[in-house]
Amino acid sequence: MTLAEILGSLFPDGHSVTVQDGLVAGSGPFAGGNLAIVGIDGDTPLGVDGALTLARSVLDTVRAGGRTPILVMVDSDSQRMSRRDELLGLNECLAHLAKALLLADRSGHPTIGLIYGHSAAGAFIATALATRILAALPGADPSVMDLPSVARVTKLPLDRLKEMAKSTPVFAPGLDNMVATGAVHVVLDPQKPLNGQIGNLIAELDSGDVRDRLGAERGGRPVARAIAEAVVDQARGG
Amino acid sequence: MESLTFRHTTKKPLAGSLPNAITGVVASGNLEILLERVLPPDACEIAIETPIAGYGDVWEAVVADFVARAQPGGLRISINDGGARPDTVSLRLLQGARLMEA
Amino acid sequence: MAGDRAASTDPDALSWYEATARQRVVALADPGSFREVLPPTERRMSPHLPLFDLPRAFDDGIVVGRATLDGSPILIAAQEGRFMGGAFGEVHGAKLVGLLRAALELKPKAVLILFDTGGVRLQEANAGETAIAETMRAIVDVRAAGIPVVGLIGGRAGCYGGGGLIAGTCSRLAVSEGGRISVSGPEVIETNKGAEEFDSRDRALVWRTMGGKHRRLTGGADAFCADTVSAFRHAALDLIDQAPSFDLETLEAEQARLESRIARFGDCRDATDLWRRLGVNDPETVPAMDTDAFAATVARIREADHDAR
Repeated sequence: MTLAEILGSLFPDGHSVTVQDGLVAGSGPFAGGNLAIVGIDGDTPLGVDGALTLARSVLDTVRAGGRTPILVMVDSDSQRMSRRDELLGLNECLAHLAKALLLADRSGHPTIGLIYGHSAAGAFIATALATRILAALPGADPSVMDLPSVARVTKLPLDRLKEMAKSTPVFAPGLDNMVATGAVHVVLDPQKPLNGQIGNLIAELDSGDVRDRLGAERGGRPVARAIAEAVVDQARGG
Repeated sequence: MESLTFRHTTKKPLAGSLPNAITGVVASGNLEILLERVLPPDACEIAIETPIAGYGDVWEAVVADFVARAQPGGLRISINDGGARPDTVSLRLLQGARLMEA
Repeated sequence: MAGDRAASTDPDALSWYEATARQRVVALADPGSFREVLPPTERRMSPHLPLFDLPRAFDDGIVVGRATLDGSPILIAAQEGRFMGGAFGEVHGAKLVGLLRAALELKPKAVLILFDTGGVRLQEANAGETAIAETMRAIVDVRAAGIPVVGLIGGRAGCYGGGGLIAGTCSRLAVSEGGRISVSGPEVIETNKGAEEFDSRDRALVWRTMGGKHRRLTGGADAFCADTVSAFRHAALDLIDQAPSFDLETLEAEQARLESRIARFGDCRDATDLWRRLGVNDPETVPAMDTDAFAATVARIREADHDAR
């Protein structure tokens, strides 16, 4: 689905969402109130400027009070790779955006991510992965690094990596693997209205971070949850 | 990965009472050694995990030499090898034994 | 566990950069106070590395546990930068997440994270990436509970990729000359954008752009330490008492601070230009400054100190 199609399905009665330089912002009527939208469109890389613009929108929503949920829509590249962005503190700006989303979520504004295109690495962490629940549309393509680059860095043959990718979800890019890992909670149905599906997600939200439980249940992260629990047990037991 | 295990009998237990120790890091040319005082006083076992296969004879010789010198009775020694040279392995093993004797 | 004992020397003399993760923890904490959780003897190793014919570490490259710092209970985690570049794998990440969740229950005086990481471990990319996101959420939970999370950065792997984002989530950061903080690494920028954009072999450029001194001058880190464990210990003690609260006011202040930085320095080509505009006299001499000279320079820079993190 394109951004326009998704917005049409979320807001059948219209909306005020705009896109500028690949950055998405606005809102629309939703479930008796509003749904705030922030995001990245067009496979755009996320740099210091974009991160601060998006964070501004999120903080404005928090400042306004109320309980407006925030939908973070993602079709991004990785973080913007440049000398300028690192010089200006890209790590601080991306972390700041994530913190703004996490603050919003703690302040009565449930945050839902919706990845409908690409995303990778630092951009993925600062947007989609900083939400309370992350949904995806079929065809979305989240990744840490593409397989040819992985082959280059690890010095393993690409054919071998492709073979391994079939049986082990822990490293290869792709939506199915991110679902198995627990990073993506749910894949939505593009044939059904999105406003209803998003509304259901908001209504059923878990309060804690359930991603490692999902990773264990789905087999993408067989040991993470048990390890975290063991650390809590031992730290407590002294 | 190749797994190797060597078992030896020693004339005496290693001195000291420390239950365990660790030394080294798994990195290129290096290795990590975990020592645990869990075996009978005249027994010693060294288990190695290494990504470089085919050097069983070299490991056997290095281990035998270490056992003869240090008499590490009672110790189970577990190694994660990052591709260390034999002299580095010998050095780490002796370092480990010294830690356990303290 | 011993190993630390023979290796631990006088914290005033022990180089942070050269020390192992376990040595840093043992020497930084009050003597004899560290109790490791999931120690190497438990062999909680990576289930994935053998598939790649890669050797594993007994602790998957991160040391976590409890200790005291000046008598107060803390939780502490330290990454081993020499194992797989200190990168986040499934077990590694889960140990850090578990430690932060334990902090919510145990309510220590602070959580210390000794970063030494290249980011996500590619062989376990999805697990590492998700763990980084879980860590950031967990840090926010801990901060919101009133417990400072202080990051210490000075090891050979630096604090790259997702590690840089986690660092930006901490209450406070201390950094040394050897530490670097960045999202994309020099080689990745060069591979993607060319050597003209970033010559990854130009070490001076790397340090000017991403290194500890640059981060301290711009307010990307809150303390600059000499390369000794005791310097980091002192910094940690100071920073624990200066942790900003996690709330709208702090984030609004950070928004203003970062917007101001982009507005004032967004067209700087190089760090030296940026430092000049910050008000540093003779900015070319910054890289060679010793700790005392640098401290005197930082003291005159307004942007270096703030409560907006």
